[in-house]
Amino acid sequence: MRAFEYANPATKEQAVGLLSNSWGETEVLAGGTDLISLMKDEVIAPKRLVNIKGITELHGIATNIKTGLRIGATATIQDLLDNAIVHRTFPALWDAAEGITSPQIRNMGTVGGDLCQRPRCWYYRGGYGLFAKTEKGDPLVPGGDNRYHAILGNSGPAYFVNPSSLAPALIAYGATFRVFGSSGKRDIPAEKFFLTPKSEGEREYDLKSNEILTEIIVPMAAGARGVTYEVRQKEALDWPLAAASVVVNLAAGKVRSARIVLGHVAPVPWRSQDAEAALVGHAIDEKTAQAAAEAAVKDASPLSRNGYKVQLARVAVKRAILAAAKGGVR
Amino acid sequence: MRDDEEDVEGSGLSRRDFLKVGGISLTVPLVIGHRVVKAAGADVKVFGPNKVPIELTINGKKMSASVEPRVTLLEAMRHELDLTGAKRVCDRATCGACTVIVDGKAVYSCTVLAIEAQGRAITTVEGLMTGDKLHPVQQAFVDNDAQQCGFCTPGFVVASKAFLDKNPHPTPEEVKRGLGGNLCRCGTYMGVRAAVQQAAGAQKGGRRNG
Amino acid sequence: MADYKWPDAEKRTLIGKRISRLDGPAKASGKAKYCYDYNRQGLLYGKILRSPHAHAKIKSIDTSAAEKMPGVKAVKVIQGPGTEIFWAGDEIVGIAAVDEPTAEDAMRAIKIEYEVLPHHVIDNDPKSTPQDLLKPSGDQTTGEPDKAFGDADVVVEGQYGQPVITHCCLESHGATSEWTDDKSLLVHVSTQNVSGIANQMAGVVKVPAANIHVQQDHIGGGFGSKFSIDRWGNESALLSKMADGKPVKIFLERSSELMVAGARPSSYAKVKIGAKKDGELTAWESESWGTGGIGGGGAPPIPYVFNIPNQKRKNTSIANHIGPSRAWRAPNHPQACLITMSALDDLAAALKMDPLEFYFKNMELTGPRANVYRDEFKIGAELIGWKQHWHQRGDQTEGPIKRGLGLSLHTWGGLGHASDCDLTINPDGSVELKMGTQDLGTGTRTTLAIVVADSLGIPMDAVKISIGDNKYPVSGGSGGSTTIGGVSASSRRASVDALDQLFAKAAPALNAQPGDLESVGGAIRVKSDPGKSLTWAQACGKLGGLPLTVRGKNPGPGNLISQGVGGIQMADVSVDIETGIVKMNRMVAVQDCGLIIDLKTAESQVYGALIMGICSALYEEKIMDQNTGKMLNPNMEFYKLAGIGDIGELMVHMMTGKGYDERGPIGLGEPPTVSPGAAISNAVANAVGVRVPYLPLTPDKVLAALEKKGGANHAGI
Ligand SMILES: Cc1cc2nc3c(=O)[nH]c(=O)nc-3n(C[C@H](O)[C@H](O)[C@H](O)COP(=O)(O)OP(=O)(O)OC[C@H]3O[C@@H](n4cnc5c(N)ncnc54)[C@H](O)[C@@H]3O)c2cc1C
Ligand code: FES
Ligand code: FES
Repeated sequence: MRAFEYANPATKEQAVGLLSNSWGETEVLAGGTDLISLMKDEVIAPKRLVNIKGITELHGIATNIKTGLRIGATATIQDLLDNAIVHRTFPALWDAAEGITSPQIRNMGTVGGDLCQRPRCWYYRGGYGLFAKTEKGDPLVPGGDNRYHAILGNSGPAYFVNPSSLAPALIAYGATFRVFGSSGKRDIPAEKFFLTPKSEGEREYDLKSNEILTEIIVPMAAGARGVTYEVRQKEALDWPLAAASVVVNLAAGKVRSARIVLGHVAPVPWRSQDAEAALVGHAIDEKTAQAAAEAAVKDASPLSRNGYKVQLARVAVKRAILAAAKGGVR
Repeated sequence: MRDDEEDVEGSGLSRRDFLKVGGISLTVPLVIGHRVVKAAGADVKVFGPNKVPIELTINGKKMSASVEPRVTLLEAMRHELDLTGAKRVCDRATCGACTVIVDGKAVYSCTVLAIEAQGRAITTVEGLMTGDKLHPVQQAFVDNDAQQCGFCTPGFVVASKAFLDKNPHPTPEEVKRGLGGNLCRCGTYMGVRAAVQQAAGAQKGGRRNG
Repeated sequence: MADYKWPDAEKRTLIGKRISRLDGPAKASGKAKYCYDYNRQGLLYGKILRSPHAHAKIKSIDTSAAEKMPGVKAVKVIQGPGTEIFWAGDEIVGIAAVDEPTAEDAMRAIKIEYEVLPHHVIDNDPKSTPQDLLKPSGDQTTGEPDKAFGDADVVVEGQYGQPVITHCCLESHGATSEWTDDKSLLVHVSTQNVSGIANQMAGVVKVPAANIHVQQDHIGGGFGSKFSIDRWGNESALLSKMADGKPVKIFLERSSELMVAGARPSSYAKVKIGAKKDGELTAWESESWGTGGIGGGGAPPIPYVFNIPNQKRKNTSIANHIGPSRAWRAPNHPQACLITMSALDDLAAALKMDPLEFYFKNMELTGPRANVYRDEFKIGAELIGWKQHWHQRGDQTEGPIKRGLGLSLHTWGGLGHASDCDLTINPDGSVELKMGTQDLGTGTRTTLAIVVADSLGIPMDAVKISIGDNKYPVSGGSGGSTTIGGVSASSRRASVDALDQLFAKAAPALNAQPGDLESVGGAIRVKSDPGKSLTWAQACGKLGGLPLTVRGKNPGPGNLISQGVGGIQMADVSVDIETGIVKMNRMVAVQDCGLIIDLKTAESQVYGALIMGICSALYEEKIMDQNTGKMLNPNMEFYKLAGIGDIGELMVHMMTGKGYDERGPIGLGEPPTVSPGAAISNAVANAVGVRVPYLPLTPDKVLAALEKKGGANHAGI
């Protein structure tokens, strides 16, 4: 790790004031579970870290019947799991948090950090840049070992998958991300927050280098049934190979509205409106769930070694839908 | 680092100096301390990049050291304070060998900066014994041979203690999930499962699985 | 003539009981100091700059900027310009500095130019490997394979294998060296070979081996990868010399540990196997290949254990540019076992035979341990409920989760190595055993205390065990399951001899002949008149002013130890055929290891072996990237190991009693590590109805096998 300065501001205004207006100079430190590793691997080498955990207004989870759930950016993954409202009313979010199985990561990792964590692509982490290119500029992923890479939205130059497990659930619940910067706050629909970068200087999300994510607002989801289903090989200290967060509203046994968002399959959390359309107006059963699952992956274009992920994504969507129909409420 | 940032007090390290420090040509003498910069109208202390004095509260004792901000809590404990119970194994938040309890919660000390651990109550494996007596969790690890080479053991012991503090009467399934943040290469998981159940029993007043 | 024989079962006070390891409290309390933990006075932190290229020639090295940095105490070029480098991660420059951050900064200041050469880092197919990297063996033929295949009723062909995996010791490799004066070196090194290290270093550091003092109290895993001082260990001593003898600690970062500090060779094979209708095995043909780095791969002993009468075998060793291989628990056996037992299982399936029945049918081909295997299989089958749960290939129950059973068997030698010890009885009654061995977590310390205490008739806590120091009598490296036999034989003999001498001194006071005495429960007494006795301390008082020291040696196979064990394992798995994910339900190991000294730590060995086997069967793979020449997963995030929730329920049964005990202690570190991959692969085949050719059994491979079989994964989804 390279040397850096450290600051521990007390307010978001101070934090923003301490951040540089260009990427690479400074970084926001939340739980550090991703950032510190990135720095040890010298994938990034900021000259200053701005710890945001001391900013009280970024803490905690609160509910308000009208405005919904407010999750402070530095609320931890464990805070989500310990929250009765999240458990009862936002089960797809709770499931996603539950999937992050290391208690230590849950205790340290923050919601904001989970959403802003960087891709786990092994070429990126190995120093080949976000787009994983050789010195000559040849992409390494398409002809390399892409077993964990994207199957959707992967026409390049980005081939990595968005690593956040919480993001698909938050998008499925129609959350809004509140961002604070030198010119005040901005509200961004969760879905719009995540971007597929086109050049090395860009990030995978809509933040400027001197902006911070301050809170996440999730509208109340009365009556909605939500489930996140993850396909994981190991129980712990592992990443899902594919995941789907599904939130449906049923009326008279039929799907009135649905949000289906896939995780770990594309450079961004992947909302599938095709899958949603396949479901709306139908009762959920094996057949309709299957149809929605097929719709979700119909545009998939696997790379040389990750064709199996298409199947896993299909299964995740189908199982999440079926589980939502059966339960998805607590 | 902002160009318009004012250096209010302290080392007087200019932006230019710092860039040098951050790079490889470490030519500025090491300066202990912090400087103060103005951010959003307030004075904010900025520490490092050189060594800064820190004070940690570990196992109830105040300990001080002088470290750069880039030094992790694990490194500060192991290198500066000779607390070597927590181990450095993956050094990337993926194995649990460095687990300590901070303000009641199990965390990976390899991924916490020493400087940010100030003012927190830190408990390490060394802090679990009472005099010469092993903590019930430690005793249970011994009784159930939940260790072979033992390199993962301190991390597992601390993680188990934190887990049982939160979940005193776990089911076997809960044990498997609750200790999912630690890895062992020798393969002691059967012993660990039994140890945690025994320790849970002991906490209930000495009855095993009572 | 002293009677060294192991005591009869009814006379054993400690041997064979379930005893907690002696160093358990030190380990559980964090007090146990591993070599990685020593912070010697004035410690410097050493780092090694490594080659980023898999194959290259060093053109130039410029260390001048690093040398000038404050806090840097020594910079040393390890491999200079002109040297050809054969794997990424090889050592180029060593640095010692006052702290780690400084050492890291200094590494970044070093400039190295390379001439990059073509590399080859994969091993999937000899055909696509450059010719100069291939080392084929000739055909090896036994019997008349062609005729036997012609005469066979059933012939099955298959492909099996497993990639390179790495030891991933949790305590990485490393050493702290310091010069206590300009001719004397003290080394704390994480090693399986305390007695052997000094002689490895002497030539390099240019002092007599006698001047090198090696110490190690505890070691955080070795598994076969820590017999050598390694280049970084020598460098810690050489850097220390350059830095006025100050201690220099070099322990590998995790990435280096996984890249260069140990790998097990891969092994793949195309196999053809033939049998008669009734299951009688008649013919084997295999074409195998594998790699273990630039030195090539080992040739697994296939067919494994089953000595099939007619065989044709050919092995091709692939040299490639990955970190070098090292011994791994039971070298070559797990690979051979996987290939053989998978082929046998596929053959049994083709015959529609229960593999258990098939194994029994051919058991005589396993040689001298046929009866051991039979006994073990009966116990294993009972424990796992083989009869109730086994079905023909392909679980026919509804739904995506398919369950299956698989089995395997294995063997290992495990003869004790040369292992000297000094046993001292002091006039005050205290007892110390010194031996230059090491406790890998196998329980060596504890078993020594058990043997000595049981032999002397005193409690374990009356015995001090001193190991982990090359100033103690020489004991072999702990590998190949040779430790328990070696250390228990010599400590038993030393104890018996010492007791005889003590009896000689104490006999007059009891008016008895030395031969009439026995030591039981802390008293020396007359066998025929137990009332006539001295306490242990009183008897030791008769030694006069000087302690009694006896040298114990392992005389080799004879009354005390022997070799050759058999073990069987059975696995019960569930496979989700829609996702290809394999979950362990249960695993059973039934193992023979002769006389068990400590049942508790012996069982732990077997549990551990099963778990390590599950890791490699389901997750482990050193993933090499042919484009960059680098390992893609030199971390514990993508070099995956099973966690506490991934192993299912494990059952271990140790064979003890008549037929086993009288063979004396035989090593246990290797044998149970051999079978898991085969048993699990067979269980998966039984569950899903098709062989997944290669380990690890990851979803991509399982789904691919299912798809090949006929789209089973699309049934319903
Ligand atoms: C072994 C392992 C397994 C894991 N498995 C999963 C998993 O299955 N699913 C999953 O979702 N995650 C998983 N994680 C990732 C983990 O959840 C994240 O590392 C964690 O949530 C990040 O939070 P943090 O607070 O530690 O972020 P940090 O590491 O502090 O920060 C991460 C990034 O986000 C930026 N950042 C953080 N907070 C803000 C903010 N408020 N505003 C602007 N930028 C910010 C930082 O600058 C940095 O770039 C795993 C991690 C490990 C090590
Ligand atoms: S060393 Fe910290 S989690 Fe592995
Ligand atoms: S006991 Fe060796 S790593 Fe766990």
